[in-house]
Amino acid sequence: MAEPAEHEHIVSKKIYITVFLVLWALTLITTLVAFLDLGPLNTPVALLIAGIKMMLVVLFFMHLRYSGRLSQTIAIAGLFWFLIFVTFTIGDYLTRPWPS
Amino acid sequence: MSHSEITTPTSHLQAHFQTMEQQRETSVVGMWTFLATEVMFFGGLFIAYMVYRLAHYAAFAAASKELNVTIGAINTAVLIASSLTMAMSVHEAQEGRRKLVIIFVILTLIFGLTFLGLKGYEWYDHISKHEAPGPSFHIEPDKVRGDARSMELFFGFYFVMTGLHALHMIIGVGLVSWVLYQAWRREISAHYHNPVESVGLYWHFVDIIWIYLFPLLYLVDRHP
Amino acid sequence: MEPKEHYLNVNYGIRSWLLTTDHKRIALLYMMSITLMFFIGGAFATMIRLELMTPAGDLVTSDTYNKLFTMHGIVMVFFFLIPSVPAVIGNFLVPLMIGAKDLAFPKVNLLSWYLYTTGAIITLYNIIIGGVDTGWTFYPPFSSNYSNTYVVGAIVGIFVAGFSSILTGLNFVVTIHSMRAPGMQWRKLPLFLWSNYAAAVIMLLGTPVVAITLLLVAIERAFHIGIFDPNLGGDPVLFQHMFWFYSHPAVYIMILPGMGVISEVVACFSRKRVFGYSFVAAASIAIAVYGFLVWGHHMFVAGISVYSALIFSILSYLVAIPSAIKVFNWTATMYRGAISYKTPMLYAFGFIGLFTMGGLTGLFVAALGVDVHVTDTYFVVAHFHYIMVGGMVMAYIGGLHFWWPKMTGRMYPEAWAKLSALIIFLGFNLTFFPQFLLGYLGMPRRYHAYAPEFQVLNVMSSAGASILAVGYVLPLIYLLWSLRYGKIAGPNPWGATGLEWQTTSPPPTHNFEETPIVTEEPYAYDKFPEVEIVA
Repeated sequence: MAEPAEHEHIVSKKIYITVFLVLWALTLITTLVAFLDLGPLNTPVALLIAGIKMMLVVLFFMHLRYSGRLSQTIAIAGLFWFLIFVTFTIGDYLTRPWPS
Repeated sequence: MSHSEITTPTSHLQAHFQTMEQQRETSVVGMWTFLATEVMFFGGLFIAYMVYRLAHYAAFAAASKELNVTIGAINTAVLIASSLTMAMSVHEAQEGRRKLVIIFVILTLIFGLTFLGLKGYEWYDHISKHEAPGPSFHIEPDKVRGDARSMELFFGFYFVMTGLHALHMIIGVGLVSWVLYQAWRREISAHYHNPVESVGLYWHFVDIIWIYLFPLLYLVDRHP
Repeated sequence: MEPKEHYLNVNYGIRSWLLTTDHKRIALLYMMSITLMFFIGGAFATMIRLELMTPAGDLVTSDTYNKLFTMHGIVMVFFFLIPSVPAVIGNFLVPLMIGAKDLAFPKVNLLSWYLYTTGAIITLYNIIIGGVDTGWTFYPPFSSNYSNTYVVGAIVGIFVAGFSSILTGLNFVVTIHSMRAPGMQWRKLPLFLWSNYAAAVIMLLGTPVVAITLLLVAIERAFHIGIFDPNLGGDPVLFQHMFWFYSHPAVYIMILPGMGVISEVVACFSRKRVFGYSFVAAASIAIAVYGFLVWGHHMFVAGISVYSALIFSILSYLVAIPSAIKVFNWTATMYRGAISYKTPMLYAFGFIGLFTMGGLTGLFVAALGVDVHVTDTYFVVAHFHYIMVGGMVMAYIGGLHFWWPKMTGRMYPEAWAKLSALIIFLGFNLTFFPQFLLGYLGMPRRYHAYAPEFQVLNVMSSAGASILAVGYVLPLIYLLWSLRYGKIAGPNPWGATGLEWQTTSPPPTHNFEETPIVTEEPYAYDKFPEVEIVA
């Protein structure tokens, strides 16, 4: 077993397995919750759960929690730009007075 | 670089880099940058889907019910498992344990191919039920909510979104196979495992796309 | 004075070029492909201006005319303007300017060129077998349902070329972050790098969106599903949102690298530091970010909500500010500088004047009320040609002249170059100024027949175009001539600051004999020894 290179953080197997189990649990939850009638909240709840799953994968499986500033900035930038696109586009549709 | 040569910590250092650390950083940053572009690529598609789902909710909800939730959920679980094995293979590469790297990479491939197999079955099923958009599209009148044309649009998005995702999975399977080949040929070590790390990032990203696709497509409106 | 071995003669043979990973050779490969595409796009422009000499649509049919302006747009936008400065000048200079041996991903760089060339071949093939007539903007439902031309083929060509752009952007961003020589901090980077970095960010975040948008058009066309076609339940305005989300920032991809060239040229030929360096650097980033917030100004009359239009209008005014800051700073740089009127500086003067006019007229169209009147008229055509041709193309040609000695080891003939610059400037203004008037008076764009009262201005415009064409052909001739007969340049014929001038002309394959260590501020012209400019 060789020494790892410098500046590299090795995430423990325990964390990986914990994250994996949480992801499976959240998958089960989101599937079951879909069968409940939460009215207009169904979609936001589903997206929220998906968002949590995404954060877990990004932070732990993709090591972003332990990565340099640059990688973190790039990941946030991608998300931020997507949000610009969504906001301004959907914003147009939602502010039209006439029926769509 | 044949596997009979003795590898040193810097035997994989490319000429235009100063240190292995610089090379590693660069490959990780390069992959994150590429993934940011993929966010925008899929993002455009997601936005188009969102706009139409808002406009034709009833039709989209009814069409979504035709998707097989069980297979969708199982596939989600399979992909998450593949992300676990991929992360494990990076861990083992960092520790320099070649045999375990190979085992975890093979498991990742198995899970990935399982996903593609199940997805292929779903597609076959939808196509034989005339749910693929185009001239042969047909929905039973009693299943139609909203209008049939909007339900066809849902299926159009279903096939394009899962198709694009599947294409990325296939590319991922190719990349992971290449990592397997590298590990087999002893090119991967504790000093040099950039391929495992960067392919890993790509693989997890494709998993994240599915993490969103599953609720957006399969779970629109499942309550009785 | 020319070094014995350098990147051009280190090995010979077509394989050494087609399989090179040397960023300098790749830059030259791009130069050849891009020059070819420029003249093809110019050929379409020639046909357009010939048709518009007379009010009647008598040279070509309206269908053919539609193809002419479409293909002029596609070739010029996607195959010339977007790649030109980054892929030719940027590829050559980015590693040199930061003191590196190559870009971060040299093989990806070569792949980028192959993707560009493949995309160009596919697009040219589709042009030859019949062309496209949808406008470079591909608006559905015409593009997805009614057009009888090679829409999908053209889309595939553009899609492939888009990946070339993304990979170049990726290489630049990662390189500038990770490969700087010791001492080359961000605040010491030449402004050319700040501009190209900003443009690269736009390439990365914008291009994928046009890729998916065009893909959806192709799918709609192939499978007849209503993504954008209202007859099938789709929304054509959604296409416009998605298309312009990229295509507006795309114009900043085009202009930012050009602005970077101007910063370098103005500093060198004023023998002064760039005034307000940090403001110019920050303005580049501001343009890149802000440029993503204004796309709706292409859609004011498309049916978007009034509130949406108001916000896009205000933001479009704001986005002019960083560009204006740059113009003020270049001017302030020249104030009390020791100006020399070499060819690159002449192009810089042209850029500053014409870009400013183009930019100001952009504010005209950003105003909602005015835009309703001039949208889809020649006013808009003149506006963007002032920026793209008066600005961007001048910057590209000026940059080629400035760095020609570095790339080739030869000086171009100064007198011919000055003459060409003058011809281009005069030809350009004669071509495009009348178009502002035409547009304001009501002549619509993309029409091959027009009301007779517009003829005089159109003839002026076409006359200008023929002069402009001469101006563009001359450099092609004398730059090629200079490769064999030009004066040997030496490492720093202009007495310019910057790491690229610290190595030989042409540079060796690995750029520097020893990795440079940077201690100087950028544009340290006040500390520069008195130099006699060789040219």
